[in-house]
Amino acid sequence: MAFPPEMKRYTRRLIATMALYGVALVGANMWFHYAPPSGLLAYFVAILPALPIMGVFVVIGRLLLEMRDEYVKMLLVRQSLVATGLTLSITTAWGFLEGFHLAPHAQGYYAATIWFAGLGVGGCVNAILERRARA
Amino acid sequence: MNNHLRTLRAERGWSQQDLAQLLEVSRQSVNAIETGRYDPSLPLAFRIAELFGCAIEDIFISPSKG
Repeated sequence: MAFPPEMKRYTRRLIATMALYGVALVGANMWFHYAPPSGLLAYFVAILPALPIMGVFVVIGRLLLEMRDEYVKMLLVRQSLVATGLTLSITTAWGFLEGFHLAPHAQGYYAATIWFAGLGVGGCVNAILERRARA
Repeated sequence: MNNHLRTLRAERGWSQQDLAQLLEVSRQSVNAIETGRYDPSLPLAFRIAELFGCAIEDIFISPSKG
Protein backbone atom coordinates (compact mmCIF):
# COMPACT_ATOMS: atom_id res chain seq x y z
CA MET A 1 0.00 0.00 0.00
CA ALA A 2 2.42 2.64 -1.23
CA PHE A 3 -0.06 5.46 -1.75
CA PRO A 4 -3.62 4.16 -1.38
CA PRO A 5 -6.31 5.37 -3.83
CA GLU A 6 -8.29 7.06 -1.04
CA MET A 7 -5.22 9.18 -0.24
CA LYS A 8 -4.92 10.16 -3.91
CA ARG A 9 -8.60 11.17 -3.91
CA TYR A 10 -8.07 13.09 -0.65
CA THR A 11 -5.09 14.97 -2.11
CA ARG A 12 -7.02 15.87 -5.28
CA ARG A 13 -10.05 17.05 -3.27
CA LEU A 14 -7.89 19.03 -0.87
CA ILE A 15 -6.05 20.80 -3.70
CA ALA A 16 -9.39 21.62 -5.36
CA THR A 17 -10.94 23.01 -2.16
CA MET A 18 -7.84 25.05 -1.33
CA ALA A 19 -7.79 26.47 -4.86
CA LEU A 20 -11.48 27.36 -4.47
CA TYR A 21 -10.67 28.99 -1.13
CA GLY A 22 -8.01 31.17 -2.75
CA VAL A 23 -10.41 32.27 -5.49
CA ALA A 24 -13.29 32.86 -3.04
CA LEU A 25 -11.13 34.82 -0.59
CA VAL A 26 -9.60 37.08 -3.23
CA GLY A 27 -12.97 37.40 -5.00
CA ALA A 28 -14.91 38.34 -1.86
CA ASN A 29 -12.25 40.86 -0.79
CA MET A 30 -12.23 42.48 -4.24
CA TRP A 31 -16.02 42.53 -4.36
CA PHE A 32 -16.27 44.30 -1.00
CA HIS A 33 -13.42 46.65 -1.94
CA TYR A 34 -14.57 47.75 -5.40
CA ALA A 35 -18.35 47.30 -5.40
CA PRO A 36 -19.57 46.59 -1.85
CA PRO A 37 -22.65 44.40 -2.06
CA SER A 38 -25.66 45.08 0.13
CA GLY A 39 -28.56 43.19 1.64
CA LEU A 40 -28.66 39.42 1.34
CA LEU A 41 -26.01 39.47 -1.39
CA ALA A 42 -23.50 40.93 1.09
CA TYR A 43 -24.09 38.01 3.44
CA PHE A 44 -23.70 35.56 0.58
CA VAL A 45 -20.44 37.12 -0.65
CA ALA A 46 -19.05 37.39 2.88
CA ILE A 47 -19.63 33.71 3.52
CA LEU A 48 -18.12 32.59 0.20
CA PRO A 49 -14.55 32.04 1.57
CA ALA A 50 -15.97 29.97 4.43
CA LEU A 51 -17.59 27.44 2.10
CA PRO A 52 -14.33 25.86 0.82
CA ILE A 53 -13.04 25.71 4.42
CA MET A 54 -16.20 23.79 5.34
CA GLY A 55 -15.38 21.70 2.29
CA VAL A 56 -11.99 20.82 3.77
CA PHE A 57 -13.75 19.36 6.82
CA VAL A 58 -15.95 17.31 4.49
CA VAL A 59 -12.85 16.18 2.56
CA ILE A 60 -11.20 15.03 5.81
CA GLY A 61 -14.45 13.33 6.87
CA ARG A 62 -14.64 11.49 3.55
CA LEU A 63 -11.04 10.38 3.93
CA LEU A 64 -11.93 8.90 7.31
CA LEU A 65 -14.89 7.08 5.78
CA GLU A 66 -12.97 5.80 2.77
CA MET A 67 -9.77 4.82 4.56
CA ARG A 68 -9.40 1.03 4.43
CA ASP A 69 -6.39 0.73 6.71
CA GLU A 70 -8.02 0.63 10.13
CA TYR A 71 -4.83 1.33 12.09
CA VAL A 72 -3.96 4.42 10.03
CA LYS A 73 -7.61 5.46 10.35
CA MET A 74 -7.33 5.17 14.14
CA LEU A 75 -4.24 7.40 14.02
CA LEU A 76 -6.11 10.01 11.96
CA VAL A 77 -9.09 9.87 14.34
CA ARG A 78 -6.75 10.43 17.30
CA GLN A 79 -5.07 13.29 15.44
CA SER A 80 -8.47 14.89 14.73
CA LEU A 81 -9.56 14.46 18.35
CA VAL A 82 -6.40 16.22 19.55
CA ALA A 83 -7.09 19.03 17.06
CA THR A 84 -10.72 19.30 18.18
CA GLY A 85 -9.87 19.25 21.88
CA LEU A 86 -7.18 21.85 21.40
CA THR A 87 -9.46 24.11 19.36
CA LEU A 88 -12.33 23.90 21.84
CA SER A 89 -10.00 24.51 24.79
CA ILE A 90 -8.26 27.52 23.22
CA THR A 91 -11.44 29.14 21.90
CA THR A 92 -13.25 28.60 25.22
CA ALA A 93 -10.36 30.08 27.21
CA TRP A 94 -10.09 32.96 24.75
CA GLY A 95 -13.83 33.59 25.05
CA PHE A 96 -13.52 34.01 28.82
CA LEU A 97 -10.44 36.22 28.46
CA GLU A 98 -12.39 38.34 25.99
CA GLY A 99 -15.41 38.40 28.31
CA PHE A 100 -13.30 39.81 31.13
CA HIS A 101 -11.70 42.33 28.72
CA LEU A 102 -8.29 40.73 29.09
CA ALA A 103 -7.87 39.81 25.43
CA PRO A 104 -8.81 41.53 22.18
CA HIS A 105 -11.64 40.20 20.04
CA ALA A 106 -10.59 37.39 17.73
CA GLN A 107 -12.46 36.53 14.55
CA GLY A 108 -14.36 33.25 14.76
CA TYR A 109 -12.68 31.85 11.67
CA TYR A 110 -9.43 31.52 13.61
CA ALA A 111 -11.04 28.40 15.11
CA ALA A 112 -10.44 26.68 11.76
CA THR A 113 -6.82 27.87 11.73
CA ILE A 114 -6.31 26.53 15.26
CA TRP A 115 -7.91 23.22 14.26
CA PHE A 116 -5.57 22.80 11.29
CA ALA A 117 -2.61 23.64 13.53
CA GLY A 118 -4.07 21.14 16.01
CA LEU A 119 -3.81 18.45 13.34
CA GLY A 120 -0.07 19.10 13.35
CA VAL A 121 0.01 18.79 17.14
CA GLY A 122 -2.05 15.60 16.83
CA GLY A 123 0.53 14.23 14.39
CA CYS A 124 3.26 14.93 16.96
CA VAL A 125 1.19 13.26 19.71
CA ASN A 126 0.81 10.19 17.47
CA ALA A 127 4.54 10.11 16.79
CA ILE A 128 5.40 10.41 20.50
CA LEU A 129 2.88 7.75 21.56
CA GLU A 130 4.05 5.39 18.83
CA ARG A 131 7.71 5.88 19.73
CA ARG A 132 6.95 5.36 23.43
CA ALA A 133 4.97 2.17 22.69
CA ARG A 134 7.84 0.80 20.58
CA ALA A 135 10.46 1.50 23.26
CA MET B 1 -2.83 -8.05 22.55
CA ASN B 2 0.03 -10.56 22.44
CA ASN B 3 0.16 -12.72 19.34
CA HIS B 4 2.24 -15.10 17.26
CA LEU B 5 2.07 -13.05 14.09
CA ARG B 6 5.79 -12.32 13.89
CA THR B 7 6.67 -16.02 14.27
CA LEU B 8 4.10 -17.12 11.69
CA ARG B 9 5.30 -14.49 9.25
CA ALA B 10 8.94 -15.42 9.79
CA GLU B 11 8.14 -19.11 9.22
CA ARG B 12 6.89 -18.20 5.77
CA GLY B 13 9.84 -15.96 5.07
CA TRP B 14 7.63 -12.92 4.59
CA SER B 15 8.68 -9.40 5.42
CA GLN B 16 6.26 -7.04 7.14
CA GLN B 17 5.82 -5.36 3.76
CA ASP B 18 4.92 -8.71 2.13
CA LEU B 19 2.31 -9.42 4.79
CA ALA B 20 0.97 -5.87 4.54
CA GLN B 21 0.47 -6.31 0.80
CA LEU B 22 -1.28 -9.64 1.26
CA LEU B 23 -3.61 -8.13 3.87
CA GLU B 24 -4.01 -4.86 1.93
CA VAL B 25 -2.98 -2.76 4.90
CA SER B 26 0.06 -0.59 5.58
CA ARG B 27 3.37 -1.98 6.89
CA GLN B 28 2.80 0.37 9.82
CA SER B 29 -0.36 -1.60 10.67
CA VAL B 30 1.39 -4.96 10.52
CA ASN B 31 4.11 -3.62 12.80
CA ALA B 32 1.55 -2.22 15.27
CA ILE B 33 -0.34 -5.53 15.39
CA GLU B 34 2.81 -7.64 15.72
CA THR B 35 4.11 -5.58 18.61
CA GLY B 36 0.71 -5.64 20.34
CA ARG B 37 0.23 -1.88 20.06
CA TYR B 38 -2.94 -2.31 18.07
CA ASP B 39 -5.68 -4.92 18.30
CA PRO B 40 -7.14 -5.58 14.85
CA SER B 41 -10.87 -5.54 14.23
CA LEU B 42 -12.62 -8.90 13.97
CA PRO B 43 -12.80 -8.77 10.12
CA LEU B 44 -9.04 -8.06 9.92
CA ALA B 45 -8.29 -10.75 12.51
CA PHE B 46 -10.28 -13.21 10.36
CA ARG B 47 -8.35 -12.13 7.24
CA ILE B 48 -5.07 -12.72 9.08
CA ALA B 49 -6.23 -16.12 10.34
CA GLU B 50 -7.46 -17.18 6.89
CA LEU B 51 -4.18 -16.09 5.31
CA PHE B 52 -2.20 -18.29 7.70
CA GLY B 53 -4.78 -21.07 7.56
CA CYS B 54 -5.40 -21.16 11.29
CA ALA B 55 -7.97 -20.10 13.83
CA ILE B 56 -7.90 -16.61 15.34
CA GLU B 57 -7.05 -18.00 18.78
CA ASP B 58 -4.01 -19.77 17.30
CA ILE B 59 -2.59 -16.36 16.39
CA PHE B 60 -3.92 -14.00 19.03
CA ILE B 61 -3.52 -14.79 22.71
CA SER B 62 -6.57 -14.07 24.81
CA PRO B 63 -5.76 -11.33 27.34
CA SER B 64 -7.31 -13.49 30.06
CA LYS B 65 -4.85 -16.29 29.23
CA GLY B 66 -1.83 -14.34 28.12
